[in-house]
Amino acid sequence: MRQVAIYGKGGIGKSTTTQNTVAALAELGKRIMVVGCDPKADSTRLLLHGLNQKTVLDTLRDEGEDIDLGDIMIEGYGGTRCVESGGPEPGVGCAGRGIITSINMLESLGAYEDNLDYVFYDVLGDVVCGGFAMPIREGKAKEIYIVASGELMALYAANNICKGIHKFAVNGEVRLGGIICNSRMVDNEFELMKAFAEELGSQLIHFLPRDNIVQRAEINKKTVIDFEPGAEQADQYRTLAGNMDGNQMFVIPRPMVQDRLEELMMEYGILS
Amino acid sequence: MAVNEKTFDKMLDQYPAKVKRNRKKHIIIKDSSTAAQEIEANTRTIPGVLTNRGCAFAGCKGVVLGPLRDVAHIVHGPIGCAYYSWLTRRNKARSEDPGKNFMTYCISTDMQESDIVFGGEKKLARTIDEVMKIFKPAAITISATCPVGLIGDDIQSVAREARKRHGINVMAFSCEGYKGVSQSAGHHIANNGLMEWVIGQGKTEDPPGRFAINMLGEYNIGGDSWEVERILKEIGYTVVSVMTGDGSYEELQNAHVAQLNLVQCHRSINYIAEMLEKKYGTPWLKVNFIGIQSTAESLRNMALYFGDEGLIKRTEEVIAGELARIEPALEKYKKICSGKTAFCFVGGSRGHHYQGLYEELGIETLLAGYEFAHRDDYEGREILPHVKADADSKNIPDLQVVPDEKRFRLKISEERMAELQEKIPLSNYKGMISDMKDGSIIVDDLNHFETEEFVRLLKPDIFSSGIKDKYIVQKMGIPSKQLHNYDYSGPYAGFNGAVNFARDISMSFVSPTWNFIEPPWKNIPLLEGTIGEGES
Repeated sequence: MRQVAIYGKGGIGKSTTTQNTVAALAELGKRIMVVGCDPKADSTRLLLHGLNQKTVLDTLRDEGEDIDLGDIMIEGYGGTRCVESGGPEPGVGCAGRGIITSINMLESLGAYEDNLDYVFYDVLGDVVCGGFAMPIREGKAKEIYIVASGELMALYAANNICKGIHKFAVNGEVRLGGIICNSRMVDNEFELMKAFAEELGSQLIHFLPRDNIVQRAEINKKTVIDFEPGAEQADQYRTLAGNMDGNQMFVIPRPMVQDRLEELMMEYGILS
Repeated sequence: MAVNEKTFDKMLDQYPAKVKRNRKKHIIIKDSSTAAQEIEANTRTIPGVLTNRGCAFAGCKGVVLGPLRDVAHIVHGPIGCAYYSWLTRRNKARSEDPGKNFMTYCISTDMQESDIVFGGEKKLARTIDEVMKIFKPAAITISATCPVGLIGDDIQSVAREARKRHGINVMAFSCEGYKGVSQSAGHHIANNGLMEWVIGQGKTEDPPGRFAINMLGEYNIGGDSWEVERILKEIGYTVVSVMTGDGSYEELQNAHVAQLNLVQCHRSINYIAEMLEKKYGTPWLKVNFIGIQSTAESLRNMALYFGDEGLIKRTEEVIAGELARIEPALEKYKKICSGKTAFCFVGGSRGHHYQGLYEELGIETLLAGYEFAHRDDYEGREILPHVKADADSKNIPDLQVVPDEKRFRLKISEERMAELQEKIPLSNYKGMISDMKDGSIIVDDLNHFETEEFVRLLKPDIFSSGIKDKYIVQKMGIPSKQLHNYDYSGPYAGFNGAVNFARDISMSFVSPTWNFIEPPWKNIPLLEGTIGEGES
């Protein structure tokens, strides 16, 4: 069983990319569980055709300790098993602690079955506190992919996440599997992203072009693969899924200092 | 064994260099030939050092708020903080109406994991409603524990809503344990809250009787306050309120009418004392009701403040009567105690107060110190302008009050104030050091390592401190007297208290127990070694 965590700046397209990739892997017959680690609980919307799942934490609160796996896990597109950890409403409580609680609950309920090929964790924005690092510590996700684009703030966030990975990697098994570029159509984006990934000691595992079909599929509460299997963008996700499935390059990232990151932007980001 | 700088240095050499440098500033040998001896206090304890200090929550709920008997004290947090602060201070309370004394209750929101994740505000609001239904207290306090601050529960708004809902005063204290460097931060937070939300809220405008006083910083441990009140009432004083031992909400609300504020524990309550002076024009008098001489002196100073002939005469009569009664009882104990030596390491005032009582019994205090006091408790308030505020102390809000337009009245003229200040500690505290003999040792934030070292070095006959270090010392063959909670005994204040204390420590001295314990230095050589910094 490969456990994969997807990180990246808020709004970069982590959930969309994760679900499309998962759909592509499901097409290949892989058995997958997706664990949403965002209090908004929208990480499985496209696989489930809507927000129709009760979160682990809500169930825990309503039912007490007496919970069945069936209460919190629903089957979605292609037989994927979907779980949302959930969390408090904005501004109260501790979402980080919520993720810890909910992953522990999944474990004790036996959600991590041996016959699973993949577990995907879709984690909220930045690694702001210990709770959001939960999927990559304590021997859970060992592969991490960071979704980024050629915009400075996305690269800055990605670099910051690498600092978190580095901390856990040197003492454990977690490794960076690569950078996924979710294109924002900025100048020279492919070259910049390739250089950025290589500077980190990693790889650009796939460059996803921007395509409006993603938006149309989302409005229809579906992944592109589900919505329009023949679309070119569907093939892009299939390529990404294939690259991840065959990935052999797992590294301890070398995060950059801020100055070097900005240098890189100057080098690639400005078209002469 | 004479202790000098050299013996010290040898002892402190066992610390890593940086720790030694730090701890050296917290230890002094009294030397009156030196103009002003400075001691470092109220700074962070070095991690790894076994300190006796408590936390801000302990200082706020445990010390200052907890003794208010008709107020329900809710501890917002997981159950441990409430459980371990439940009656452990032994502050006693009694009420005419047994239904209005909540001292023996322990009220907690008992936060669980899901309250941490989703926030504990709703549970806190429900707890308040439940408390109202069951107890109908005069008021409610909410004390925050660490996780409440971490997850950001807005306890102030919960309190505000509850005030509207129930029509009583509900006060929230953001006294998370991690605030400040010791429980001292919690005292300050509690002082601010009581001043802002309780004191002066009552409708009384005139003192309820002659010679009206408040007793501040007296927490009625083992019944201390009752003994002091007995004497004060016999002389003819009207006790308006006690802060906060066996205290009631209504008395506290009307505390502004007193003509004089007595301050027993300077550290934990000097903030209120100062604010009362600024807001209502009432001076405060540093008193010490521990020990016979100190009690008599405090009573005489009070009488002098009021300057009433009858009161002065009555004070002398009561003192004479009390002395005649207790002195014979003390004689037999003095015979046992005479010539003995003591360590006295307690809190923020007792480390000073008990030295006089020891001396009266013929016991010399070799070492004294405070757990959480500030420099003024050691060196006197005149150094206050020179105390640098650091980041830790600035973190605790400083409540600023202004003179009350209607109620401010100078209780005595400025000339009389100046005249009295020459004679008595009026709105002043001269600190512990000035009362100590040359050669005695003063240690701030004494830790377990230093306790063992100093006990080996000076071999005192009795050690007086708290529960955390009591048993290490007893295992070394030396009796230990807890001066935080009096080991199930008391009162120790006032005249009767002095006899109780003499009886209790005499029992310790004559107990055959100690003959059965071999102190380690009798047959095991002391280990010689150093701890190198950064080495493993």
